[in-house]
Amino acid sequence: MADNGNRKTELLDQLESGPWPSFVKEVKKAKETSPACDDLLGQLELSYNQKVGHWKHGGIVGVMGYGGGVIGRYSDVPEQFPNVAHFHTMRINMPSGWFYTSEALRTLCGIWERHGSGLTNMHGSTGDIIFLGTKTDELEPTFAELTAAGFDLGGSGSCMRTPSACVGQARCEWANYDTMKLCDQITREYQDELHRPPFPYKFKVKCSGCSNDCVAAIARADLSIIGTWKDDIQQDDAAVAEYAANGIDIQKDVCDQCPTKCIDWDGSKLIINNRECVHCMHCINVMPKALRPGKEKGAAFLLGSKAPILQGALLSSVLVPFVPADEILETVKELISRVWDFWDEYGNNRERVGELIQRVGMANFLDAIGLDPIPEMISAPRDNPYIFFKEEEEE
Amino acid sequence: MVDMSKRITDIGPPNYEQFLHPVIKKNYGQWKYHESMGPGLLCHTSESGDKIYSVRCASPRLLSIQTIRYFADLADKYCDGYLRFTSRNNVEFLTDNKDNIEPLKEELQKEGFPVGGTNNAISNIVHTQGWVHCHSAATDASGIVKCVMDALCDRFTNENLPAKLRIALACCLNMCGAVHCSDIAILGVHRKVPKINQELVPKVCEVPTLISSCPTGAIRPGTDDNVVDLIEEQCMFCGNCYTVCPAMPLNDPENDGLSIWVGGKVSNARTAPKFSKLAIPFIPNNPPRWPEVVEAVVNIVNVYAQNAKKFERVGEWIERIGWPKFFELTGIEFTRYHVDDFKFAGTTYARSVHLRY
Repeated sequence: MADNGNRKTELLDQLESGPWPSFVKEVKKAKETSPACDDLLGQLELSYNQKVGHWKHGGIVGVMGYGGGVIGRYSDVPEQFPNVAHFHTMRINMPSGWFYTSEALRTLCGIWERHGSGLTNMHGSTGDIIFLGTKTDELEPTFAELTAAGFDLGGSGSCMRTPSACVGQARCEWANYDTMKLCDQITREYQDELHRPPFPYKFKVKCSGCSNDCVAAIARADLSIIGTWKDDIQQDDAAVAEYAANGIDIQKDVCDQCPTKCIDWDGSKLIINNRECVHCMHCINVMPKALRPGKEKGAAFLLGSKAPILQGALLSSVLVPFVPADEILETVKELISRVWDFWDEYGNNRERVGELIQRVGMANFLDAIGLDPIPEMISAPRDNPYIFFKEEEEE
Repeated sequence: MVDMSKRITDIGPPNYEQFLHPVIKKNYGQWKYHESMGPGLLCHTSESGDKIYSVRCASPRLLSIQTIRYFADLADKYCDGYLRFTSRNNVEFLTDNKDNIEPLKEELQKEGFPVGGTNNAISNIVHTQGWVHCHSAATDASGIVKCVMDALCDRFTNENLPAKLRIALACCLNMCGAVHCSDIAILGVHRKVPKINQELVPKVCEVPTLISSCPTGAIRPGTDDNVVDLIEEQCMFCGNCYTVCPAMPLNDPENDGLSIWVGGKVSNARTAPKFSKLAIPFIPNNPPRWPEVVEAVVNIVNVYAQNAKKFERVGEWIERIGWPKFFELTGIEFTRYHVDDFKFAGTTYARSVHLRY
């Protein structure tokens, strides 16, 4: 079927034009180094014609001693496209914050030129470097070269998934803790859980330095660690005046937008009632030179977010409102061990932690992990009277 | 055979410190403020007075090693070899030399990589694998992203929206792209029940796992010669059964397609994070350019751009004007599918007489 680069892909060719970078051009470029890319184009053109995918369901493949990191993928039309008969994905744990040197990227490219399709995702949804497409017998040699170069596989299946972090203190003045370091530490601490799936379902951890939440921790992580501060917003009055002089309408753009209306402006002086501030970041986002997070920094821990499958989408909810920056790692370890114990024992197959909490009730879950309920955990107390009173509390 | 004695395992990722630009390493944790220098260009200033400049360009996420090597060459030429990727698949070149910004920007633009995606622009579309590499995809991902961003490229290279706008695409309800909290979400949907291969089920699936995988209890132990039965009217096309059992395929060329969701956000700025809500229940797959999807997304973006107040994200804007007005302004038809009927659906019913006339 492959015909020396002259394959007709009339539909896909239409995706080479236009101002946005073209993935079709990428696949065509990769044909230089991999015959699989020609068959990939052929199979994709078939999908575009028929409006249906042509990949078969999973398949268990991997590297020795690991239970994850490789996603098996097989074509359902291998006779037409033999070079993508197997076309497995490898997930490679990215460095914290997705920082690279050109040399590191070239090393990765070299490995993938020798052993796979030469196609990647930079990066996958969870954050891993994705090597897109290789044969079963290339998995172990790829892995050997990766580890020799200092890289390792990421997570897949019912495991601790590859943790991710925002750019944090590397290049952001709003990071209330060292997200990249924490992400790196958590990743190293749980290598076994990351590579050998031990859980009812996946467990994701994401580290965001402030409540702008650039890695969507509150929506996409079972454990969401979101930086915040406890004391007063740092304020530079001269810089406030400069913003006002340069066209920021402080009353309208800052005070009126504040969710708790805790900022007053009399035309010359900005007064923040910090005890009523909810640390939403709006005023700081508008005037980064004038306002900065406080000095007593740390993070809030939230638990339970996920996409819809199975019982519907969930956002994480507050478990610990504030942990000082230098206690975050220890708290993560302690909390994770308590949550995992309960989830291991009571979680159903393919039940995320958030869904387990929905099923057993937050109060029971808190009992199980040994945390006392506090009002910061809820948006409002219950509005129904069906209370499961405990026997020992009755008269 | 693999020589086990030489095998390296469980080393984790390379430590990030070796990949940091010297100015970043020196000023780690000491950044004081940042300034925008135009679309795609950021300048961060440290307490020490040092500055690091970031030049952000789009990527198609699906990258060949050839293009990654090109980025590496550019990083060598302008940034002493230092670069990073963002959580939305953009590339950021990092330099402490201000004079390198313009030539780098020009070179990227010439090569077809738009520079932008910062502040009140539309950033890159977070998306999934689609027909390129997934078995359960109801649609392609990269193709639709390409078409939508071709139409919205000016919104990437300009910062002229009321607030930032984040678009995400997932090619089925599994939502690897986690589109459930995006300003605008494009979601692949199935609309036909799985076609059960009764012969294959016992060979490739654990039947109890299959039965318990169904969130609505639509899959039951089989009667007569069937291994399992399906109560069709109870199926909500989530595809979870297919994920645990390959003998339950639900891909269907004519009935799979796209839905559009609006108003989600993950940032806590001003208002709490919120889920995206259904805007358009179904648009047919129409490759290679998906004109109906592009038109629907561009329409929502334009109506939002014209009507929202400064700082309002899409969801905040809709909450202010109310959903009836949103449907009126966008011309999107409101249907029975917009009314929730899954768990605790009543939380989305109008339970006040705060009505706008």
